[in-house]
Amino acid sequence: MHLSSDELVLWQHGFFKLNATILTTWVLMFILVAGAKLITRNLGDEIHISRWQSLLEIIVSTIRKQIEEVGLPHADKYQPFLGTLFLFIALSNLCTIFPVYEPPTGSLSTTAALSLCVFIAVPLFGIAESGWRAFLQSYLKPTVIMLPFNIVGELSRTLALAIRLFGNMMSGAMIIAILLVVTPFIFPVVMTLLGLLTGMVQAYIFTILATVYIAAATRARQELED
Amino acid sequence: MESMTLIAIASIITAGLTIAIGGIGPALGEGKAVATALSSLAQQPDAAVTITRTLFVGLAMIESIAIYCFVVSMILIFANPFWNHVIAQVAGK
Repeated sequence: MHLSSDELVLWQHGFFKLNATILTTWVLMFILVAGAKLITRNLGDEIHISRWQSLLEIIVSTIRKQIEEVGLPHADKYQPFLGTLFLFIALSNLCTIFPVYEPPTGSLSTTAALSLCVFIAVPLFGIAESGWRAFLQSYLKPTVIMLPFNIVGELSRTLALAIRLFGNMMSGAMIIAILLVVTPFIFPVVMTLLGLLTGMVQAYIFTILATVYIAAATRARQELED
Repeated sequence: MESMTLIAIASIITAGLTIAIGGIGPALGEGKAVATALSSLAQQPDAAVTITRTLFVGLAMIESIAIYCFVVSMILIFANPFWNHVIAQVAGK
């Protein structure tokens, strides 16, 4: 039994290692990109659209609605980033129904990379929305004494984002592996179903939390205007 | 060999204690959160969408405490750094 799919090295040449995580990540990215390209190749705006187009429209408009509900009024600016996060995590968690598949989100390196993206994107969006001064001043609120706490909070929430996704996905795979040894007939199937639900919820949580962080960072200017 | 046995005993006992004690708090918290959400859903069924979304986000944040404990206990059992250190020392001799 191994802790993550990082330890499954498929090919190695000197410094370069190709492990199962990298391979699955690239396959998933290829599926997402190629699928989107294929579907958007001939879009129509008449009454009868292809069913794949209506699927994509449902996904995209739902993500946009969720972003707007959480508190980012101009969803167009943030949807490419947040939607990509959600689609990648959701697809990689959903594919756990395939037998030998190991989710790349069950490896700490993938989740750390994803949460580092959020860590970098939050100040970028904040500065783009409210400018350097207002963004840096938001660290001094409510008083100057809170500065170290704000900075530590920024770091620890990045760590929490990574560990939460990793722990949930890893524990799902681990529990199924243990149950296969103990009660190998029906119970693992039930836990796999539960794992699918947890995977979707975790993808949703990751995206919503990233949205909330970005909304908090971009709120600095609105407060100045009020 | 003596230190390896000690490390094994300490790791296994600590892993069990970590997940056992660390499960209590999140369990109580999640129970309270779901109970409150259910009673507010009964009072205001119109706000179901908002309440459910907030409930899910909150549950995931509460649950992550238990997940941290689980990750620590898994590290203690499957990827114990002290154990690996001692094994490396023994192999080096």
